[in-house]
Amino acid sequence: MDFELTDEQKAIMSLCREFARDEVAPRAEEYDANAEFPYELVRKMADLGLMGLPFPEEWGGAGADTVSYALAVMEIARADASTAITLAAHVSLGSTPFFLFGTKEQKERYLIPLAQGTMLWGFGLTEPQAGSDAGNTGTRAELRDGTWVINGTKAFITNSGTDITGGTTITAITGKTADGKNEISNIIVPQDAPGFARSRKYKKMGWRASDTRELSFENAAVPEENLLGPRGAGFRQFLTILDGGRISVAALSVGLAMGAYDEALKYAKDRVQFGQPISKFQAIQFKLADMLCEIEHARLMVLKAAWEKDSGRDYVMAASLAKLFSGEVSRRVVNEAVQIHGGYGFMEEYPVSRMYRDQKINEIGEGTNEVQRLVIARLMGL
Amino acid sequence: MKIVVTVKLVPDTNADKRIDPATKRLVRTGVETVLNPFDEYAIEAALQLKEKLGGDTTVTIFSMAPETGKEIVRKALAMGADDAAMLSDAGLEGSDVWGTAYAMAQALKKVGFDLIVCGTQSTDAITGELPGALAEYLGVPGLTYLRKVDVDGTTVRGERETDNGYQKVVAELPALVSVTKSINEPRYPSLKGIMGAKKKTITTLSLAELALDRPVGSDGAKTEVLDLAAAPVRGKGRMVNASDGADGARIIVEFLREKKLL
Ligand SMILES: Cc1cc2nc3c(=O)[nH]c(=O)nc-3n(C[C@H](O)[C@H](O)[C@H](O)COP(=O)(O)OP(=O)(O)OC[C@H]3O[C@@H](n4cnc5c(N)ncnc54)[C@H](O)[C@@H]3O)c2cc1C
Ligand SMILES: Cc1cc2nc3c(=O)[nH]c(=O)nc-3n(C[C@H](O)[C@H](O)[C@H](O)COP(=O)(O)OP(=O)(O)OC[C@H]3O[C@@H](n4cnc5c(N)ncnc54)[C@H](O)[C@@H]3O)c2cc1C
Repeated sequence: MDFELTDEQKAIMSLCREFARDEVAPRAEEYDANAEFPYELVRKMADLGLMGLPFPEEWGGAGADTVSYALAVMEIARADASTAITLAAHVSLGSTPFFLFGTKEQKERYLIPLAQGTMLWGFGLTEPQAGSDAGNTGTRAELRDGTWVINGTKAFITNSGTDITGGTTITAITGKTADGKNEISNIIVPQDAPGFARSRKYKKMGWRASDTRELSFENAAVPEENLLGPRGAGFRQFLTILDGGRISVAALSVGLAMGAYDEALKYAKDRVQFGQPISKFQAIQFKLADMLCEIEHARLMVLKAAWEKDSGRDYVMAASLAKLFSGEVSRRVVNEAVQIHGGYGFMEEYPVSRMYRDQKINEIGEGTNEVQRLVIARLMGL
Repeated sequence: MKIVVTVKLVPDTNADKRIDPATKRLVRTGVETVLNPFDEYAIEAALQLKEKLGGDTTVTIFSMAPETGKEIVRKALAMGADDAAMLSDAGLEGSDVWGTAYAMAQALKKVGFDLIVCGTQSTDAITGELPGALAEYLGVPGLTYLRKVDVDGTTVRGERETDNGYQKVVAELPALVSVTKSINEPRYPSLKGIMGAKKKTITTLSLAELALDRPVGSDGAKTEVLDLAAAPVRGKGRMVNASDGADGARIIVEFLREKKLL
């Protein structure tokens, strides 16, 4: 057993830490307040190679491993969750489907610019009527004369409407299977497909700088070759994508908790009440000790899941455990971080207030806490 | 053309620093080691020269540091330098500027160079004297405190910062320059750079491989740190409560008058 990170993992972590501290943190409050998409940060992350971090160099990526990816997301989330989800959704949801299931031509056309970060891409699974029950897709795609004609709606799709978004890969019913069930396939829908429209950005409680929209398809038309992977493989494919994605949202939760802890520790040392820094009160010390303890616990779970993935093991259980636990840890930690700040923590000019708002989605997105427990119970064989 | 950048490994600038009262040396254990921040500007300046000159221009990183510093030297490689050389030897411990410059000069002669780029100072000992001493030992011109540097043909020219302006300076290669923080904005290492850095070579030199004709390390030190004391804490400032902005301004003006500053 070896807890030592490799030289590259350490270097990537410290690069992201520096970048997050110097470039992301100073702008986070303003992007959040204006619900403004952080184009400049995305461009800079692309220049550093972060947007294609885990993909091989031949596809425009940096060829780093999942542990490095988790460390990168943690460090960015430590400064700003909106920027971190923009990165994590781009890599895990937008780009990974092309890497895992794309043909050579699709990889050349889509994955390379995505990994280079000059283009963003969405992954559209959720629908107004199909959230946790994502297999219950209502969107339909019908093949007519070599063209997929798509009708339906997708809800809450990240990175789907920025100025540099190239399109969204969606799940749709493409027919019936032999046993009479809906056949689900993944279809690549470029932004300029006729009949495809995006709503305005949702007004959100957290992740305000990230781009989340509703998508509508009214006889939207894309060529037959825009099928991603084999016809009918859509359900299995999106489960695989979500398995990997859990590691990155878990990392995001840990990063957010680390950021809240950093702020709380600093504040506790500075804030004087009853003639001494509040960090001298045992009640505050114990809070900080518990926070650190939980963060360490969650962080190890995330890194273990990432390591399992890197070493070719079955990482599904580890990823689900990490996602569930770190999401809940992030809630307890941001809550105590605000508590340590007292009334100031309720004020927008203190980063913990933003972190508090940004936290809740960690327990909802990419599988709610309840759904994680369901997945875990299923893997237990129950 | 071969450009060599000298980089020092220093304790994390944000960490609390401690001096061992017995040896009067900086405690380096338990503190994260980083690239001397001033030297990142030197690396950037060298990389920009390489990008401009193209051809067979290479950038070599040179550091006199324990071998454990390899990992930090890799960060400089990740920024885009081609290779690195380290002078690592327990016999160097306790070197002063004189010994450091002498040992480094002998090593740099072995490494070879057309242009050496240094930072202006370290963030730990901060003598700022090494570049000058190094140029002297190498017998090459030293253009220090440059805020601009350029090479054409066999000539290096630059602008040396002074308190009230700058001087235009020029020298023939081989030469040494030191660059200030106003020269550029150092790049971050890219992920590709980080992934590629492990394939780049870091050669290590020991004292035995150098032609030294005098002792270095603590035996050869000509200076000795006799005593250390903490800087006196500044007294408390005067706190005043102003009822509004105008009142505040009035109080400040009165204070400045009282101090005869107005
Ligand atoms: C900001 C944001 C970004 C998002 N980005 C994307 C994206 O890029 N792509 C995408 O496809 N989706 C995205 N989503 C959607 C997200 O994954 C879903 O919101 C999530 O999966 C939950 O679905 P739902 O909102 O429909 O909730 P529901 O499924 O309606 O759940 C409501 C409640 O019921 C509980 N529940 C549901 N089923 C069960 C059960 N069987 N047992 C016990 N409890 C149950 C849930 O846990 C939850 O508490 C995003 C959502 C948000 C808010
Ligand atoms: C608290 C303290 C006080 C000291 N006081 C003295 C003293 O008064 N007199 C004395 O002679 N010594 C002194 N030393 C020893 C001094 O640290 C060494 O001599 C050191 O090698 C000289 O460097 P500097 O850090 O001052 O370098 P500076 O001259 O400040 O550094 C300028 C540039 O030189 C290059 N450089 C410096 N060191 C290295 C290196 N090891 N490898 C590669 N490049 C390098 C870098 O490019 C750097 O930017 C002191 C050390 C400490 C810790």
